[in-house]
Amino acid sequence: MADAANAVETRAISKSFGPVTVLRDIDFDVRHGEVHALAGGNGAGKSTLMKIIQGVYQPSAGEIFVGGERVNITSIQDAKAAGIGMVFQEFSLVPSLTVAQNIFLGIEPLSGGFINDKESVRRTRAVLAEMEVDLDPKAEVGRLGTAYWQLTEIAKALAQNARVLIMDEPTASLARHETAALFALIERLKARGISIIYISHRMDEVYQVADRITVLRDGRKLFTSDLSQTSPAAIVEGIVGKKIEGELTYRPRERGAARQEVLLEARGLNAGPRVRDVSFTLHAGEIVGLAGLMGSGRTELARVLFGIDAIKRGEVLIRGKKVDLSSPDRAIAAGLALIPEDRRDQGLVLDHSVRENLLLPLLEKIRRGPLLSGSAGRELAASLIKRFGVKVANPGRPVRLLSGGNQQKVVLAKWLGTDPRILILDEPTAGVDIGTKSEILDRIRSLADEGRAVLIISSELPELLAVSDRVLVVRDGSIVDDIPRQEIDDEESLQLAVQGVRA
Amino acid sequence: MTKTDPAVPLGTRMRAAGPGFLRDLDWRRYVIYIGFVVVFVFFAVLLGDQGFLSPNNLVNILSQTATIAVIAVGMTFVISAAEIDLSVGSVAGLSSVAAAMTVSSLGLIPGILAGLLVGVVVGTINGALVSLLGIPSFLVTLGMLGVAAGTAQYITNSAPEPILDDTFNNLFGSGSIGPIPVLVIWAVVAVAVGAVVLGRTRYGRQVLATGGNRTAAEYTGIRTRRIKFTVLLVSAIIASIAGMLYAGRLQSGRFQWGDGDELSAIAAVILGGTSLFGGAGTVVGTAFGALLIGLINNGLVLAGLDSSQQQIIRGAIIILAVALARKK
Repeated sequence: MADAANAVETRAISKSFGPVTVLRDIDFDVRHGEVHALAGGNGAGKSTLMKIIQGVYQPSAGEIFVGGERVNITSIQDAKAAGIGMVFQEFSLVPSLTVAQNIFLGIEPLSGGFINDKESVRRTRAVLAEMEVDLDPKAEVGRLGTAYWQLTEIAKALAQNARVLIMDEPTASLARHETAALFALIERLKARGISIIYISHRMDEVYQVADRITVLRDGRKLFTSDLSQTSPAAIVEGIVGKKIEGELTYRPRERGAARQEVLLEARGLNAGPRVRDVSFTLHAGEIVGLAGLMGSGRTELARVLFGIDAIKRGEVLIRGKKVDLSSPDRAIAAGLALIPEDRRDQGLVLDHSVRENLLLPLLEKIRRGPLLSGSAGRELAASLIKRFGVKVANPGRPVRLLSGGNQQKVVLAKWLGTDPRILILDEPTAGVDIGTKSEILDRIRSLADEGRAVLIISSELPELLAVSDRVLVVRDGSIVDDIPRQEIDDEESLQLAVQGVRA
Repeated sequence: MTKTDPAVPLGTRMRAAGPGFLRDLDWRRYVIYIGFVVVFVFFAVLLGDQGFLSPNNLVNILSQTATIAVIAVGMTFVISAAEIDLSVGSVAGLSSVAAAMTVSSLGLIPGILAGLLVGVVVGTINGALVSLLGIPSFLVTLGMLGVAAGTAQYITNSAPEPILDDTFNNLFGSGSIGPIPVLVIWAVVAVAVGAVVLGRTRYGRQVLATGGNRTAAEYTGIRTRRIKFTVLLVSAIIASIAGMLYAGRLQSGRFQWGDGDELSAIAAVILGGTSLFGGAGTVVGTAFGALLIGLINNGLVLAGLDSSQQQIIRGAIIILAVALARKK
C-alpha cells in the first residue's frame, strides 16, 4: 500500500528510448505541503522524470501514486485531472491575451454557449487573492514583466486545482527581490498543503526554500535526504559525480606587464534611462565583473558597448583611439564581442547546424574569392569544436538538439573564433549545469590570461567573485562603485554593495 | 553531452563504424526530387502515346516553366529571409509595358533599361518601407501589387503595346539557340547564379541567418536591415526581367502579363523545400518546384482535362507535396 501522506509517489520508474535507458528504478515521493528539490546534471534524468509525472512520456516500467492511489497518467490531461501542474521554464502564455484569458485558456467559463470573460476575471481575482498577489486580471500578459508571467503560470495551475506544482528553474529570469517574493509565495502555498517539486541548480535557493532534496545522476537516484542533514558540498558532489575543488573560488592571477595597458575606456556614456554617465576602463588581461540588480542597467550597458543601442552622449576609446560603435558590425571591427544573455533568442539560429552557427561571424575567413569554401568551413568549425570542447556528434545537425551547456559553448566558440580583444559576457552560465559552468569559468580565465579584456555580467555573485579581478557595481544606470577583488570579503558584502546598503 | 536520439534506427550497430550520414539523411528534404520523378514517370507511362515524351513537348514544358522559375529564384531569397513579395507578378506586367513603350520610342537599349528601372524603383520602395519603416512585407507588397498593376493598365489604356524590335523579341523570349529556346537559357542562368549566391556566398549565408533568427543575426554583426532591403530589391529586379521575357515571347507589353505569378512562384519555392518561415532555402529545389508545377500543367492538358479539373488536381498535388515535405 502506498503512503497516503504522499502527494505524488513514483515506484521503480524506468524509461528507455529504444536501446537507451534514461531512467532506472526511480523511487521518488513528495509529501503533502512539502517543497522537494530535484537536482542533477544535464542528462541526469530530471526532465524525463518530470515529463513522466506530467503524462508527456509513458514509463517503460514502474507505477505512479497520487495521494496513495495508483494512477495511470497517459496524457497531460490525466496529470491535470490528478492535480499535477507545471510552471513552465519557457513560459507557455499567449502575450496578446489578458491574465484571466490565459488562465482560463481552453477551459473558459461559458454562459449560454458564449465565453463569459467576467466570470473568468472574477475567478482569477479569487485565485490571485488566495496567492496574495497583486495583479490585475485584465492586464495584457505581453505588457507584464517576466515575474508576473510566472505568477500567471502559477495561478493558471492553481485555477485548475493543482495540488502538486512542478517548478523548473523558476528563478532563472528573476531579480533578487522577485525571487524573494516567489519564495514567500511558495511558503504560502505550502501552508495550504500544496506540494512543490523544485528543480534548481542553485544551492542557496534550494536551502532557502526546500525541505528535502533528491539527487539524480545518470538516470539513477543517488539519494533523497532532508536538507538539514546534508551539506551543499555533498549535493554538488552528488550532481557532478566528483568533488569540484575551488570551481567557485577566486584565484588571484598573475599581473603581467600587459595589465597596465588600457584596452577600453568609456567616458560619460549616456543612452536611455538605464545608462547614465557611465565611465570606466578595462585593462588588457583583466576580468571585470559587472554587478547589479535586474533592471539596474547591466544588460543595457553591454548593448550600448556592442552597438545594438545607440550612444546618446559620451565616447568609447579603444587603445586610446575613439571608435565608432553605432552598429554591431562596427563594434566587431573594433575588436569587441558580446556573448548575449539569451542564447536561444540572441546567440543562435536554432534550426541551423552547429557548423553554420559557428561560422556565421567568420564567413570572411572562409571566403575564397566570391565563394565560401565548404572544406575551409568544415575545418574551421571542427577546430573550434575541439578547442572549446563542444560535445557534438555531427556538426551538420541543428544546434537546437544540443544541451543548454553545449549550446552556450557554441556561442562562446563562435565569438572567440573572431579573436576579439575585448569580450563582454552577459550571464554566460545561465541555465548551465555545474560541471559545464566551471569549465566556462576556466575558459574565461584563460582568455584573460591571453591578454584579452573581459567584462562579465552575472546575477550570480559567487560566480562573479570567482572570476573577477575587479567588480563594478551598477545601480540605476550608473556605476556607483569600483572595487578590487581583494577588498571584497564575501558574497554578502558584495550583495550589500549591490543593494546599496553599506555595512 | 549531446541528447540521445530516441529514434535510433535498426541496424545502426552494423554500420556504427561507418559515417553517420545515412542515419542523418532526411528523405523529406528530397521529397521534391522524388515527387518530380514520380510524377514524370507517371505521366510518361500514362501519356506516352499522347506525345508526352516527345522532345518537342519536353522543351515546351521547359519554356512554359521558365518565367515562373526566374521569378521564383528571387522569391527564394525573399522567403529565406522570412519576408514575402506579392508584387512580383504585377512588376513583371509593368516592366513588360515600360520596356515595350520605350523600345518603340527610344530603341532597344533604353527599352531594356526602362524595364529594369521598373524593378529598381519598385524594389527600392518595397525594401525601404520594409527595412526602414518596419512595415510587414506582406502588406507593403500587397499594396504594391495593386499600384504596379494599376500603373501598367493606366499608362497603356488597358491595350497591349506591340514590340516590333526583333532583337528584343529574340533576346528575351522568342528566340532560340539551336534547339534550346532562349527562355530556357535565361531560366538556367538565373537558377545557377541564384543557387551559387544563396548556397555558397557570404551574402547567401547572411540571408538565411537573418531569416532563421533575426536577433541572433543582428547580434552577430549582420546588417539585417540591409539584407531585408536587398532581397526585396533583387526580387523586384528579377521580376522585371521576367516581365521582359513575357514581352519578348508575346512580342508585346501588357498589364496582364505575369498576373497571378506571385502565387505560382511562392508555390514553387515552398514545394522546393524552402521554409515559409525563413532560415532554410534552396534555389535548385525551387527550380524543381517550378518544373513540377509545369509538368503537372502539361500532363493534365495532354490528358484532356479541362481547366477547372486541372486547377483542382494541381491544388491537391501541391498540398500533398508540401504535407510530405513537412518536418516531423
